[in-house]
Amino acid sequence: MRDLLRHPTGLAGAVLLALIAVMTILGPLIAPYDPQQFHPLSRLQGPSAAYWLGTDQFGRDIFSRILNGARSTILFGLGATMAGVAAGGAIGLIAGAIGGAVDSLIMRLLDGLLAVPDLLFTLLIVTVLGGGSGHAMLAVAIAFMPGLARIARSTVLSVRTREFVLAAQARGESPAYVIACEIMPNTIAPIIVEATIRVSFAIMLGATLGFLGLGAQPPSTEWGLMIAEARQYMFRNPICVAAPGVAIALAALGFNLLGDALRDLTDPRGRR
Amino acid sequence: MSAAYLLRRLAAILIVLLIVSLTVFSITQILPGNAAVMILGEYATPAQLQALELKLGLDQPWYVQYWRWFSGMLSGDWGVSMRLSQPVAALIGEAFWRSAALALASLATVTLIAIPLGILAALKRGTIVDLVIGLFAYIGTAVPEFVTATLLLVFLAGPDRGFLPAGGFAPLSEGVGAALSHVVLPAATLSLILTAHIARQVRSEMSDVLSSDYIRAARLKGLSERSVVLRHALRNAMAPAVAVISLDIGYLLGGILVVEEVFAWPGLGRLIIYALQNRDLPVIQAATLVLAFAYALSNLVSDIVIAWLDPRVRYA
Repeated sequence: MRDLLRHPTGLAGAVLLALIAVMTILGPLIAPYDPQQFHPLSRLQGPSAAYWLGTDQFGRDIFSRILNGARSTILFGLGATMAGVAAGGAIGLIAGAIGGAVDSLIMRLLDGLLAVPDLLFTLLIVTVLGGGSGHAMLAVAIAFMPGLARIARSTVLSVRTREFVLAAQARGESPAYVIACEIMPNTIAPIIVEATIRVSFAIMLGATLGFLGLGAQPPSTEWGLMIAEARQYMFRNPICVAAPGVAIALAALGFNLLGDALRDLTDPRGRR
Repeated sequence: MSAAYLLRRLAAILIVLLIVSLTVFSITQILPGNAAVMILGEYATPAQLQALELKLGLDQPWYVQYWRWFSGMLSGDWGVSMRLSQPVAALIGEAFWRSAALALASLATVTLIAIPLGILAALKRGTIVDLVIGLFAYIGTAVPEFVTATLLLVFLAGPDRGFLPAGGFAPLSEGVGAALSHVVLPAATLSLILTAHIARQVRSEMSDVLSSDYIRAARLKGLSERSVVLRHALRNAMAPAVAVISLDIGYLLGGILVVEEVFAWPGLGRLIIYALQNRDLPVIQAATLVLAFAYALSNLVSDIVIAWLDPRVRYA
């Protein structure tokens, strides 16, 4: 942890994420206005002392909406990534640990799925499940699964022939013990690094789905949806679309910086 | 690179297509409401529905339906769009080239900007130039396409400062100027995220190479800095850069969906989103397969380019 804060990239990421965390946890409490409250007399205003980031087409306070939207945007990214890591990690672990025909079958399947771009894959799944942020989250998790399974598998393969694994096998430990207690703990670090970076992709994908009308639904304050709703008015009041856009970018940037710093610190060859 | 290797890679692409087609087919099978309902509308009588289901073969088991569809795809019979009542192959063929034009314009921009930026950052490592390029690279990879697209529209295509069209497509027959002005904003949007990512990779590869022994040797030999960088270092840093570019084509193809939708660019991406919104199954199935094929093929092409750039790479 101390190493992380001494690392310039890590420090920048940690600061950004601390800010985002405050918004996520305290956002609705510190927001100056009710995010859904209309102020019909002050529609599409620019920034002012009363409305720090101006107001949207219904006169809703943009700053309050952003503070409230942090929760749906960030939890979406974290939830989708964690589900993807759990499913993909399990598949990769099994494929790598068992090896042989099972492994090649699983890998061929994953290769096929990886040939469909994440966004298209997500859109296909959301079309089947129907829109809404829960379904969108599940779709992103499924789309992430093949990539994460591949990474988990390759780390398992690099660990599987190391001395401590061979020693455990020689001691006569059961395969389940070897996988759970010897192999798995040593694959956690690369997966955490990858997962941290993926959270930023998940946030961007979630916002994109919200923007396309397939993720969070009105009156949610999810940031992608905010941009979609304000698009008609963007020429009259650019901050309607600029503010949520910057918020999405900062959140994605925070996870990206942190993930990169973690990779530098955990990878012995890391230098960059 | 042997002929056997190429054949094996092509066979692998076929397997990928098989898996993608099975996945897409099963996804479309789960969608509520079958094709007959979609064509006749919800007020059709059960007898009419049954007759059409028989005609379309919807009463057959799924593997018969799948095989009929997949073999049709291979032989060029891609079916008819349910919503647009046009042959899917014609629809996709037209849209594909517009998307390809957009993708190539973006890739060219990315290559021309990202590689020099990465080299510059590596040469000026640790200076303010490196820092600025690094910051740009970080920020660039954190902005989703729809945000970039929206912001570019607001600031460059607004009604009062609009010197660029806000969307749409102009074929070359309407003049080079019109065609180019329509491609600028969507291509710029697609380029930003890729430029950022690739510049970062090139910088990292280039700094690796620049600190290697053979570069020191080249310098000690008294070669000019220009020759050291361009002839010795760049060539060795290029192969990994090409690998990254080819992986990024996946992002590019995903980004095209959003960018075409925002800028009303009538390409494959917009067609797919239209088809998904309207549950136009034949179009969804065929277009997804085409995208996956394009991606798999571009990976193969990049592997060939890598082998050509780096003689140590031998595919057997």
